[in-house]
Amino acid sequence: MKKYFSFFRLRFSMGLQYRAAALAGIATQAFWGGLEILMFRAFYRADPLAFPMSLESTSAYIWLQQAFLALFMGWVMENEIFASIQSGNIVYELCRPIGLYRMLFVRSLAYRLSRAVLRCFPILLMAAFLPSPYGIALPPSPAAGMLFLLGMVLGLFVTVAFTMLIYSLTFFTISPAGIRMVALSALEILSGSILPIPFFPKGLQGVLEILPFAAMQNVPLRIYSGDISGNEAIRALSLQAFWLVVLVGTGVILMSRASKKVTLQGG
Amino acid sequence: MIEVQHLCKTFYVARRGAGFGQALHSLFHKDYEEIRALDDVSFSIQEGEMVGYIGPNGAGKSSTIKILSGILVPDGGSCIINGRVPWQDRISHVREIGVVFGQRTQLWWDVPVMDSYELLRDIYGVPEAIYQENLEELTDLLNLSELLKTPVRQLSLGQRMRCEIAASLLHNPRILFLDEPTIGLDAVSKLAVRKFILRRNQLHHTTVILTTHDMQDIEALTKRIILIGKGKILLDGTLDDIPGSHGNMEQAMADLYRNYGI
Repeated sequence: MKKYFSFFRLRFSMGLQYRAAALAGIATQAFWGGLEILMFRAFYRADPLAFPMSLESTSAYIWLQQAFLALFMGWVMENEIFASIQSGNIVYELCRPIGLYRMLFVRSLAYRLSRAVLRCFPILLMAAFLPSPYGIALPPSPAAGMLFLLGMVLGLFVTVAFTMLIYSLTFFTISPAGIRMVALSALEILSGSILPIPFFPKGLQGVLEILPFAAMQNVPLRIYSGDISGNEAIRALSLQAFWLVVLVGTGVILMSRASKKVTLQGG
Repeated sequence: MIEVQHLCKTFYVARRGAGFGQALHSLFHKDYEEIRALDDVSFSIQEGEMVGYIGPNGAGKSSTIKILSGILVPDGGSCIINGRVPWQDRISHVREIGVVFGQRTQLWWDVPVMDSYELLRDIYGVPEAIYQENLEELTDLLNLSELLKTPVRQLSLGQRMRCEIAASLLHNPRILFLDEPTIGLDAVSKLAVRKFILRRNQLHHTTVILTTHDMQDIEALTKRIILIGKGKILLDGTLDDIPGSHGNMEQAMADLYRNYGI
């Protein structure tokens, strides 16, 4: 266990040193969140009855999403890992007494967390000072707060487990660009990153809710904003746990195949 | 200690001629060529031996090293190292080996060398006392004290290579695989690395397998050489078995390769 923790610590502390990138990220996310809320406000004004979430909930959803962008966005993947698989540098990881899947999983977690830690606080603080319904308030109840935290952890793990599939597939292709683009675009639309899932047409919504993509940011953000609660929240969390097991299982199998069958490139 | 028998490995390589027409043609029909990287390779190496594993480019040297370190699975044949099959028992096998791939890096690019070392210490579970002792010895022998606090991206190739070699030895491996460890080094670094490998072998009785194109590495380090060409072992003996090896080594090797048609 200690080795994975050390791995986490090194990747995490390494992520903390990129200060300028963090500042740029904070500025971008603050603007993006603001613009999105203005857009939803316009929709809301046009017809409040056709609006599937309350404006408060929507604002909370957006600010949390922007604050924790690095935890849930599909494209937060490491080019260094892709490059090391493509060039064959990954051989060094294979001659260590550690599991490749676990190592890359921990590395991805650390990478995302180090980015999120640097970026989330200023955005949350700013959103907390915005007037209702445009800012963010405390969750509806302490119980909802706990469920939210659980959902965050599960959501982060599901997101990482999904990106692990993309890393694994890179072992089998000459260039990962195609898979990466298709998988990440699908993730972006279907996980509620562009538009929260309640805003999709009713029939489609039912399908989206059970896909693995809805087990990422969708669950914690909607629990926090009060859009789902009680039994519905428990059901959503269980579905997250289910997808986590499925994705990790698939990833482990793929990765072990990859490291057994694949030619390591570049002499 | 290392027992290799009838090892075979074949790669399939997509080939096509240059130019647009050929590229278009290969869209519909790809020609794969079978490359026998290893073709019935057998040898055995005793504990504490230093062996030079030589051959022209593309002979199968790196493939052998990768199989011996448990990274690559061969198509046929057997390989037993310390009673284990490397690719089946990868995790316990790799605890006992150190590997340096001269053309790659195992150090974390954006952080000081020391951080990578501490990670390796934890990955291999090296006890603190032993780690400190090894680190001191390695720092001393490879002259690293100035380098350990520098981020890897700011090291020169030779400096980095010395750090790489030390990184592979922090966990006291019984076997050391060196795949072109002196590539791109200046004269001083080369001599330092050679001296160090010799010392390590004498002090710790580490088994060393070395691939290189630098014949002076071989002269300085190994008595035994194994020559591989087109995937086959052509010669397993000493430097004296190579005609003309007391004159110009480069010339002698070139003649040898030519004689074998490799």
